[in-house]
Amino acid sequence: MSAVSAEAVPARAAAEPGGDANAGADAGVREAAPLAARARLLPALAAVYRAQLSRARVARIPLLFVATFQSIGIMVMMRGVVDGGSEARAVVAGASVLVVAFVALNLLAQYFGQLRASGGLDHYATLPVPPAAVVLGAAGAYASFTVPGTIVTAVVGSMLFGLPMMHLWVLLAVIPLSGAALAGLGAALGLLAPRPELATLCGQLGMSAALLLGVLPPERMPAPVQFARDLLPSTYGVEALAHSFDTHTDWLAVGINLGVCAAVGVVSLAAATWAYRKAAVQ
Amino acid sequence: MRTGAKQTERGSGGKTASSDAVCVVRGLVKTYPAARARRGAPQGPAIRASDGIDLDVLRGEIFGLLGPNGAGKSTLVRQLTGLLKPEQGSVDLLGHDLVRHPDRASRLVGYLGQESTALDELTVALAAETTGRLRGLDARRARAERDAVLDELGLAPIAGRAIKKLSGGQRRLACVAAALVGERPMLVLDEPTTGMDPIARRAVWSAIDRRRAESGTTVLLVTHNVIEAETVLDRVAVMDNGRVIACDTPSGLKALVAGDVRVDLVWRDQPPLDVPEVAALQDAARAAGRRWTLRLAPEEARAVIAAVTGGPAFAALDDFTLTTPSLEDVYLALGGRTQGTDGLVKA
Repeated sequence: MSAVSAEAVPARAAAEPGGDANAGADAGVREAAPLAARARLLPALAAVYRAQLSRARVARIPLLFVATFQSIGIMVMMRGVVDGGSEARAVVAGASVLVVAFVALNLLAQYFGQLRASGGLDHYATLPVPPAAVVLGAAGAYASFTVPGTIVTAVVGSMLFGLPMMHLWVLLAVIPLSGAALAGLGAALGLLAPRPELATLCGQLGMSAALLLGVLPPERMPAPVQFARDLLPSTYGVEALAHSFDTHTDWLAVGINLGVCAAVGVVSLAAATWAYRKAAVQ
Repeated sequence: MRTGAKQTERGSGGKTASSDAVCVVRGLVKTYPAARARRGAPQGPAIRASDGIDLDVLRGEIFGLLGPNGAGKSTLVRQLTGLLKPEQGSVDLLGHDLVRHPDRASRLVGYLGQESTALDELTVALAAETTGRLRGLDARRARAERDAVLDELGLAPIAGRAIKKLSGGQRRLACVAAALVGERPMLVLDEPTTGMDPIARRAVWSAIDRRRAESGTTVLLVTHNVIEAETVLDRVAVMDNGRVIACDTPSGLKALVAGDVRVDLVWRDQPPLDVPEVAALQDAARAAGRRWTLRLAPEEARAVIAAVTGGPAFAALDDFTLTTPSLEDVYLALGGRTQGTDGLVKA
């Protein structure tokens, strides 16, 4: 997240002096009224984050249960098919990251789709708040909200398949990074979809893809499907987590996968910010 | 009467150059593209939602935009708040060119839109505080202003409840609270009091009046509530089909139809057309169910009242009212599109 805010701050600072210099120039005969201060990026982000988290608490708890039980159910089913080893690691890692995909991708796409369709974006667009603050605040809140479900799923899965839980702390990196990648994607889909139903559809499809391509062990997939799996941002979160279950953890592979997640996160959040600007002002 | 309206319009145009104008709009045009043709249905015409609008709002006044649904009020407001870019024309707000710099509107205007979906799931207090933070206040100021506004509007007892769970009027009041946090020289309020009870309405207007008295806040108000328009507005622009068809003080506008009074007759069942005086009125009356509405010269009106309250018609009469003209009558007299129906909402 810090990568994006660092990127957004200079952009805002660059816009500021130009804007204010013109203010005097086109005032003509009359003195232009002083402009009120803009909201700065970090405080605005914190305010949006806090507000989103509070609404998530009220509105999203039942859905979080659904997401967690869905993942646990999938692991229980797969237990009959998969017999330990790398496949078990892939199933547990895929089911855990699926919770993130459900909330960050699917629900955030729906939220922004509905907000745009109902005219709710006007509220933010008429406040002097940097677009990145709105997008990052909402994405961050949705990603944080996946934390308990993801941890519960990973712990239950490790017990089901008898995997070591020693390196589960890797989740602390997997959740924010894959959360950023998926939430950015979800926000961009929701903001760009011309109709809210399409946003919902895209979110659902994205989650289905994360489910099928993330949970099923990749060894059995045909080449084109493996290629599609490589394109999906959640895959790298799944891989990083799967590697952490190994007896001799390949930390380089974990690091590379998390690095990909982070890079996709920066790109997708930047795309979401661009989509927000586009949607907010016609 | 039409001429009168045009003169009034021009009269206000003359005032434009006054240095007191905080919002100057010239020749604003915005066209929405036609709905795409579907099979079996031809392509509809493009809609000119703003059709050459000129407007001057003076410092510290409560200026109203009045008109029926689809008259172009909200489109105009969206162009004044930087949400929509006009195709032609200029918007100068407090010395800033909003067509070139639409982003400045958010630093000059407190806006209350018709939709509350962005705030719905927050509590009343958090909605006000978050909006204050996003308007650039630091945490302490935002909390202090939140508390002050909630007290002022009488929302303190329900501060902890989610906006979504409130009644329509309370929900609207919570949104007004959010719009008032963080001082702005101009407030643009799109139907702020919809659904509110009289106590809440009074709280809103006294909060606005206080800001006007203390800081010279200018208010642009969209309404289609005629009664409210007459009581709170300093000046009003009547809009129809994307144009301003008249602009003056409410009493100035009403002077256009001052010669006439309005008679409403409500019959118990059927109008007694066998009474010759009543039969004679049938053509002049606008009938809506059991209600007849007539616009008449005062002496004619007296004769009608005498006829329906004195003779055999009285038995068929349920109720009658005799009123001086309202802004609704002005609107109808100016040739508003909804002539023949009930005109503007009056409640």
